[in-house]
Amino acid sequence: MSRSHTLKNTHEENRIFVRRAAIALIFIGLLSTGLIVRLIYLQIIGHDHYSTLANNNHIKIAPLPPTRGIIFDRKGRVLAENTPTFSLELIPEQIKDMDDTLARLQKLLEIPDEKIELFQKLRKREKRFTSIPLLLRMSEEEIARFATVRPYFPGVDIQARLVRNYPYDVLTSHVIGYVGRINEEELKSLPASEYRGSHHIGKAGIELAYETALHGKSGYAEIETNAQSRPISTIKTIDPIAGSNLYLSLDIDLQKTAYDALDIYNGAVVAIDIKTGGVLVFASRPGFDPNPFVYGIDSTSYNELQTSDARPMFNRALRGQYPPGSTIKPFMALAGLEHQAITPTQRKFCPGYFQLPNVKHKYRDWKKGGHGTIDMNAAIVQSCDVYFYELALALSIDKIHSFLTEFGFGEMSGIDLVGEKPGLLPSKQWKRKVRNQSWYPGETVITGIGQGYTQFTPLQLARGTATLANKGNVVNPHLVDHLVTNGVTSLPPAPEPKILPLKPQNVDTVTSAMVSVVHSARGTAKVISRGIDYQIAGKTGTAQVFTVKQDAKYNENQIDFKLRDHALFISFAPAHDPQIAVAVVVENGGHGGTVAAPIAGQVIRQYLEDKANEN
Amino acid sequence: MKIELRSEQLDPPSLIGDILRKLHIDVPLLAGLLMVTGLSFLVLYSASGQDIQVLVRQGARIGAAFVLMTVLAHINPYQFKRHSLLLYGMGVALLIAVLIMGEIGKGAQRWLDLGFFRFQPSEMLKITTPMMIAWYLSETALPPRWKQLGIAGLYILIPTLLIAKQPDLGTSILVASSGAAVIYFAGLSWKFIISVSIVLASLTPVIWHFMRDYQRDRVLTFLNPEADPMGRGYHIIQSKIAIGSGGLYGKGWQGSTQSQLDFLPESSTDFIFAVFAEEFGLIGCIVLLLIYLAIICRCLYIALQAQDTYCRLLAGSLSFTFFVYVFVNMGMVIGILPVVGVPLPLVSYGGTSMITLLAGFGILMSIHTHKKFLAS
Repeated sequence: MSRSHTLKNTHEENRIFVRRAAIALIFIGLLSTGLIVRLIYLQIIGHDHYSTLANNNHIKIAPLPPTRGIIFDRKGRVLAENTPTFSLELIPEQIKDMDDTLARLQKLLEIPDEKIELFQKLRKREKRFTSIPLLLRMSEEEIARFATVRPYFPGVDIQARLVRNYPYDVLTSHVIGYVGRINEEELKSLPASEYRGSHHIGKAGIELAYETALHGKSGYAEIETNAQSRPISTIKTIDPIAGSNLYLSLDIDLQKTAYDALDIYNGAVVAIDIKTGGVLVFASRPGFDPNPFVYGIDSTSYNELQTSDARPMFNRALRGQYPPGSTIKPFMALAGLEHQAITPTQRKFCPGYFQLPNVKHKYRDWKKGGHGTIDMNAAIVQSCDVYFYELALALSIDKIHSFLTEFGFGEMSGIDLVGEKPGLLPSKQWKRKVRNQSWYPGETVITGIGQGYTQFTPLQLARGTATLANKGNVVNPHLVDHLVTNGVTSLPPAPEPKILPLKPQNVDTVTSAMVSVVHSARGTAKVISRGIDYQIAGKTGTAQVFTVKQDAKYNENQIDFKLRDHALFISFAPAHDPQIAVAVVVENGGHGGTVAAPIAGQVIRQYLEDKANEN
Repeated sequence: MKIELRSEQLDPPSLIGDILRKLHIDVPLLAGLLMVTGLSFLVLYSASGQDIQVLVRQGARIGAAFVLMTVLAHINPYQFKRHSLLLYGMGVALLIAVLIMGEIGKGAQRWLDLGFFRFQPSEMLKITTPMMIAWYLSETALPPRWKQLGIAGLYILIPTLLIAKQPDLGTSILVASSGAAVIYFAGLSWKFIISVSIVLASLTPVIWHFMRDYQRDRVLTFLNPEADPMGRGYHIIQSKIAIGSGGLYGKGWQGSTQSQLDFLPESSTDFIFAVFAEEFGLIGCIVLLLIYLAIICRCLYIALQAQDTYCRLLAGSLSFTFFVYVFVNMGMVIGILPVVGVPLPLVSYGGTSMITLLAGFGILMSIHTHKKFLAS
């Protein structure tokens, strides 16, 4: 194994090494001398100076944490606030026998072991003279019980602290999110000077997305202390800068209506103010109570939340990806018109199924006997599948993909929340890249009715509908309407406005078909047209959870609840002066017209009535 | 015959000596290590606020690390040489795995969770990188030529960049210097060393460009700690006060007001030297430094005594890197180097660096105690 042409000269190598080691030693000696010189400079020459500073370190720096910004809904109702609560706190430095003290406290106030453990953990992280909470949110009774025996507990005291509170708990859990204790990892990445004295940080939702604005900046006070670290006087104070208050576009009444309307179902409702892009409703059911997260949720409850079948921690509106089913049809129709793949009056024959040339497989229509000869309006109103199978094929997947992408399908909306899912709008490139397969015509066919790979989030459905209602003026959904910092109002950054070049008559054609879905005798969502004096444009959808075999029948009553179809509904109103767009997804809800549409109807009605009352 | 006689004379005729020799333990080196770890317990007890738990945990780690050292000391250095490439390759593969998992997970990732314990692959590279370079260069004639230098440089650059990307500046500096030390000991020409130093100095703005914000912050803080006394500069200022107020004799064990009153952050880990300096003063610092230097001298002696190029280069690098460790930590604590996350070897609280360091000493002992008696 001769890697080199030169022969190894062991003696020479040895000689080199000895010389190198000697030089290294000299180098090490020099650097060490450098260290010692510096130490002499600090410890001998600078000794007096630093001793004075060390003594002046009896001037203690006490952090002054800022008050976290308050979150309001569009009508100024408080969604997240800081409420004073009383907590039992211990100063380790002043407690002689910690174990005994803890044992006595545990007996007196029936404190669970878990809280003692948490306290021990915190104690290790904090300094000995800091006050460390053992019990947060003491009840009146606990306060009274402790107050009587307080003299027997030196170093233990009741302190008032501001604790984050979410008065609407489950209703806002997926919008506002929650704050929780800063963990070690977060501690490392946070700017130390801005977070000095802060114990909580936004972990989810608006609390996380607007953490910097909500938190503000810590200040500090220089306090002179005596040798026992007792404060004597305050020398200097740098006031903290309070966090900004956030005003959301969310309407908590409307949110409650939507959440309650979902009733026994899991699902999501998103409503957007079309004119501003402000999100009015952002409901995901089930929610969870965020308040326990603030003061430390116990592991049993946390596990329950994590393992529950209903997945209450899952933000369906933001992260739920559902096949859009027939709700894609208005957009398909518009794509057909814009690309001149079809005209509104052109008729197609629906025999109840569709076949690709030379292929046996039958793509069935939901209506067994078929819809006969129908035009676009009828195809949307009756939700004819065959019409859209053919239209999709005539358009090609490339055109479908590029057209629907413009409406925000298959990409993140950019809403001011963290963790949004992009959904999936399939394309040839996507399939090649992710699955390494070529695209089949059959896949274009089923994309036409929103099945196959296609998956949208409820937020995307609402956004796409709002953009359609807005005649191609792309709507950018956002939750925070404005921020108020120290009395100064500012607006969150807004994306560049974008207008899709749609022909007005095409939008009108689709809109009037969607109006017929709600207001005509054969419409699939006619139930919600009763008793209203304005028009709603809508489209129902039913998304298969599992595939029915070629010759089998789908019978809702016979299959497991979990495998029932998802019910969807998209809508906007009033049809000719659109104000609000609503998307509803009801998991395992069955048919869109029966379950999903009434929820949207309720939200729309309440919003418009409310608006009329305001004026 | 003569040799056997000599070794007979060298051996201490005691039972302990016998056992230690059987265990392949180098006594002077062990003595040095025990002295430093002994001091570590003293300072830790004080710095942790008299927390016995901390000592127990640290004791367990040290125990485990000493066991590992003994195990490695038993292995013939030939085995290390033979497996250098494999170990290095594994280390780099693990680094990539950590990086990918970090991409998938959230943000910075240095750990690989093996279920029963968490493993930091970058630590492994502190040893396998010099192994790799030593193996590569020992296969060729020395001093190395340009091509070999280029390849060796690449072997160093790969793990260094991967670790810097984690981002873990401290470890990447140590890995780079451990590899560079091998090349230096192999006889890298001085012209090259000087020109590289000049190039590196002129590349500073480029490096600055690639640094993370928090790393830039640290450098800026180092240049002017007073600019942000409540934030980034806090460490350095408080650390200097602690050391300076210690004076010549120190404030005595457990007498440090700076760390006792918790003005000094991270007093048990990266900044433990400040506590030591405050409590034991300049004299204590010099003693500690001398013990470190004694360890380093013993290591270099082992390197000089080593019988083949691989062992010599590896031992030289491990000795030198140990000094870099000490210098970088002390340098940052006394404010002559920017704050990079490097613990004080064998003293700071924490397990990972302890394990790697003692593994390195285990290899040194293996090199020293497995010599074949070639001489006649």
